[in-house]
Amino acid sequence: MPESLETRVLFRHIDEPGLCRLETYERYGGYTALKRAFRDCEPGELVSEFEASGLRGRGGAGFSMGKKASFLPHGDMAKYLCCNADESEPGTFKDRELMLKNPHGLVEGVAIGAMAAGATRAFIYIRGEYAEIADRLDAAVAEAYDAGYLGEDVLGTKVDVDIVVHRGAGAYICGEETALLDSLEGKRGNPRLKPPFPAIQGLYDGPTLINNVETLMNLPNVVNNGPDWFKGFGTEQSTGTKVVSVSGCVRRPGNYEIELGIPSRDIIYGLAGGPPEGRELKAWYPGGSSSPVLGPEELDLPYSFEALAEAGSMLGSGAIIVADDTVSIPEMALRTARFYRHESCGKCTPCREGTNWTVKMLERVVRGEATPMDLDIIASVQENIIGHCLCVLGDAMAMPVSSMVRRWRHEFEETIARAREVAPAPLEPGPAAVVSGAGA
Amino acid sequence: MSEGAGRGPVGTPADHEVEVPAELRAEIEEIISRYPQKRSASIPALFAVQRRYGWCTPEGIRQAAAVMGVSAPYLESVASFYDLFHLEPAGRHRILVCTNISCWMRGGDQLLDAFCEATGADREAAGHGGALSADGEIHVSGFECLGACDLAPMASIDERYYGPLEDADAAAVVDALRSGAEVLPDREMAKRPLAGGPDGDPDPRVAGSG
Repeated sequence: MPESLETRVLFRHIDEPGLCRLETYERYGGYTALKRAFRDCEPGELVSEFEASGLRGRGGAGFSMGKKASFLPHGDMAKYLCCNADESEPGTFKDRELMLKNPHGLVEGVAIGAMAAGATRAFIYIRGEYAEIADRLDAAVAEAYDAGYLGEDVLGTKVDVDIVVHRGAGAYICGEETALLDSLEGKRGNPRLKPPFPAIQGLYDGPTLINNVETLMNLPNVVNNGPDWFKGFGTEQSTGTKVVSVSGCVRRPGNYEIELGIPSRDIIYGLAGGPPEGRELKAWYPGGSSSPVLGPEELDLPYSFEALAEAGSMLGSGAIIVADDTVSIPEMALRTARFYRHESCGKCTPCREGTNWTVKMLERVVRGEATPMDLDIIASVQENIIGHCLCVLGDAMAMPVSSMVRRWRHEFEETIARAREVAPAPLEPGPAAVVSGAGA
Repeated sequence: MSEGAGRGPVGTPADHEVEVPAELRAEIEEIISRYPQKRSASIPALFAVQRRYGWCTPEGIRQAAAVMGVSAPYLESVASFYDLFHLEPAGRHRILVCTNISCWMRGGDQLLDAFCEATGADREAAGHGGALSADGEIHVSGFECLGACDLAPMASIDERYYGPLEDADAAAVVDALRSGAEVLPDREMAKRPLAGGPDGDPDPRVAGSG
C-alpha cells in the first residue's frame, strides 16, 4: 500500500459514527488535554507551550498563536476569547467539516484557549449559514456543561469558563476580527481602527484573544503531546499539519489534512486528482480567493506559509481553488471582484469605490467594451486600494485581481479583441446621446 | 416628553407601548441573559423575530427592540446589514444557490437558472438579492460562497446543505418542499465522509500520541 499523502491528526477518527457525542469523543481520548491543562498547568505555562510549538493561526494571517495570546495583559479585568468560526473566504470549507464532525474537539480547544488567556467567557462566532453545525455545537456545549468541563469551577479547579455559540447572519466582513467583535456586540459588522488591538481592547472593551477554529482545535494535541511533538510535523516556520480545502476543477474536491511543506502538486494531483481527463491546470489560488493567483510553474512549491509568501502569494486559509484550461481568467477575475464588491461594508472609500469600479471595468472587458488601456486603469485602481483601508477586504480583491491582470494580460487583451469582433458594442452613450435618444 | 427611567435612546419603544407575544418575549429575554451586554442579543433576537413571522416585520422589530431596550431603527439598521435577514416577505422555504468561484466553475449559475425555472422566481432578481416563487412560498437567491465548494454546485435548502446538484434536481427539490417530503436525502452534506476515504494506518508520530 503506497504511503498516504495525508497526515491525519485533526482528522483522525473524524468519520467514526457518533464522534459528535461526548461519550464517543471521550472514548478516543477527548477531554484528557482539558483535564491536564486545568488541573496541572498555569495559564502562562500553556501560553509558552503554544508559542514553543510554532503553531500559526489557521484563519488566514498565519500569526503565532502563542505570541498573540501573550499580548493579553495580566490582571483581574474581564477577558474574552472569541473563536472565529465565520469561515467565509471563498474556497474555504475546512472548519465546516471539523466542527460538524467533531464539535467537542472545538469545545475542548476553546476551553483550553480561554483558560490559557485568563478568559472566563468565550464565544464561538459561527456564520449563520452553518445552521446545522451551530446546532451540533450547541448540543456539544450542553453536554460539556453537564459533564463539568464548562461552567463555574471546572473540575473543581476554581476556574470558570463559559461558552456561548453565537450565530452570524451572512456577512463575509464579520470574519475580520474587529468586525466580528462589533457584530458580536450587536452592531453592524464594521471593522474598527487598529490600534488598539483586540488583545488590549477588544470585546466589550476588554482584552480579547481571537483565534480560528482549526487553530484552537490543535491546542488539545499540543497539551497532550508537547510542543516538540507538534514541531515534529511540517517545516521549521510552518509547524504541524493543515487541513486544506481543494475545490474547482479537480476530480476529488474535498478537505485533506497534510503535513505542512509537502509539494503543492501532491495536494492538487495526488490527493484531489487534478483536473478532469484531457484538461490542464491553468491557474490556482493557493490560499482562498484573496490570495494572488499562481500558475502551473509554481506547482512544485512546498505548501507552507514561507514558500508561498516568497512566491508572492500566501497560504491564507489553506484553500486551493483550481482553474483548468476551460476557465476564462477575465471571467474568474470578475467573479472574484463581484464577491468583494458585495461584501465591502462601505466604510472606507478606496474599498467601497475600488471594488465597484473594478467590477464595472471587468464587465467591460468581458463584454468587449474595453480597450487595452482599461487594463492599466484596473491595475492602478488595485494599487490605490492596497494598504489604504481600515481592514484588508479591499486588498483581498486587489491582490488576486492584479495578479491575474499582470500574469494573464495577453488573455485579457485577447478577450477584449474577440468580444469586439463578435459584437462590436458601442461605448456607453455619453450625455449627448442620451438627450438625443430621449427626444427621438 | 422627558426620558423616563430605564428608557433607552430616542426612538426606543417603551415596553408598555408595544404588545409582545409572551413566547417571543421569553425567548429574547433568555437570549439577553447569555451576554454581558444586552445589545449582543441583536442578531439572535432578529432571528427569533424572523422565525416567528417569516421575515423581519416592522412590528416584530419593534417588539424585539422593546424587549431589548434599544430603538427600532437601530435594530432595523442591524438587520439591513446582514444577508440572512429579510426585510420583506420571504416565503416559507429558502433556497440559497452558491454562485461563487468554485460553484461557478461547476455550473452554479445554471443551477440557479434551474431553481428559478422550477419555482417561477424571477431570475434577474434572484441573482440580485433574491426572488419569490409565483405563489410566494419559496424564496430563491444566488448567494456568495456558502463554504461547501466540495459539493459544488450546491444549495442551502431550509438551512441544510445539499450537493453536488444537477439542474434536474431543482424540480425534485421544489416538489419535495411543496409536498412536505424529504429533500434529496442522498445528497445531504452532513452524510458525506472525508474526500480522502477512511483512515489508513496512522503516521507513527500520530499513533503514539495521546
